Amino acid sequence: VGSVVFFLASGAAIASALAVVLQRNPFVSAIALIGHLASLATLYILLEADFVAAAQVIVYAGAVMVMFLFVIAYIGPHAEVAGRSPHTWQTAAAVIAGAAILVEVALVVGQTTFTSPASPPTGFGSPQAIGASLLTTYVGSFEIVSLLLLIGAIAAVVLGAGPRPTRVVDERDRRVRAARDAADARTGEPVA
Amino acid sequence: MSAPIGSYLVVSAILFTIGLVGVMLRRSPLVVLLSLEVMLNAANLSLVAFSRYHGGADGQVFALVVMGVAAAEVVVGLGLIVAMERRRLVLDTDELTELHG
Repeated sequence: VGSVVFFLASGAAIASALAVVLQRNPFVSAIALIGHLASLATLYILLEADFVAAAQVIVYAGAVMVMFLFVIAYIGPHAEVAGRSPHTWQTAAAVIAGAAILVEVALVVGQTTFTSPASPPTGFGSPQAIGASLLTTYVGSFEIVSLLLLIGAIAAVVLGAGPRPTRVVDERDRRVRAARDAADARTGEPVA
Repeated sequence: MSAPIGSYLVVSAILFTIGLVGVMLRRSPLVVLLSLEVMLNAANLSLVAFSRYHGGADGQVFALVVMGVAAAEVVVGLGLIVAMERRRLVLDTDELTELHG
């Protein structure tokens, strides 16, 4: 049963990752990424990492993706300039680089003989075990991540808040209005 | 462990490759961020697989830290995209070649 679930989940993960990259509509890409994260959570459960799987669904598929969908809804679905395909040399370079990494990892995995995996201790991957590890051995990284998230929140406010920046349209409006005021002053009566 | 660790690593490598090609080929900064998430999650998958292989919680803690860093990165990236949109810039990575606002 386990290997069937593994093949189904990894196939779904690869298919949805392809959909993320290949879809023209960013909205469909974001939805495909939610499916990708869910199938990865299934793989984490197969690896007995229950807490990481739960955090994946709650933090990623929940919070982060909702933020993505809000931004896509804000800037509109037609974010990518349509009808322009990437340069062919860019495509070739990307495919060559990707294939190089894939071949490297496949070679390394193929040449390594893995011993049978260690039998995990009781409570492996449980919130208790992860929490104990986070607050004892890795308390430094824990604090750094919390500081990083605080900086991220402040950065989002700084980037997103503030007065509305001057747009080209506003600039033209102001020039039109100034010309109309000048005409008013000359004729002595308002121009419609 | 239902499948050998090597198969998890190969799946992780395939996902990383897909994300890498997406980051290099897509023009919309939004989709570049989405592909970046695919790459980070591919790395997370191999971390969790090695954690199970060695029977220790260290890899899972590392994966959680990666999730936190990814969340912060998404916040800043989306904030930049919203700021670009508010300035009516073209959201195209080939057009955005100057950093001054």
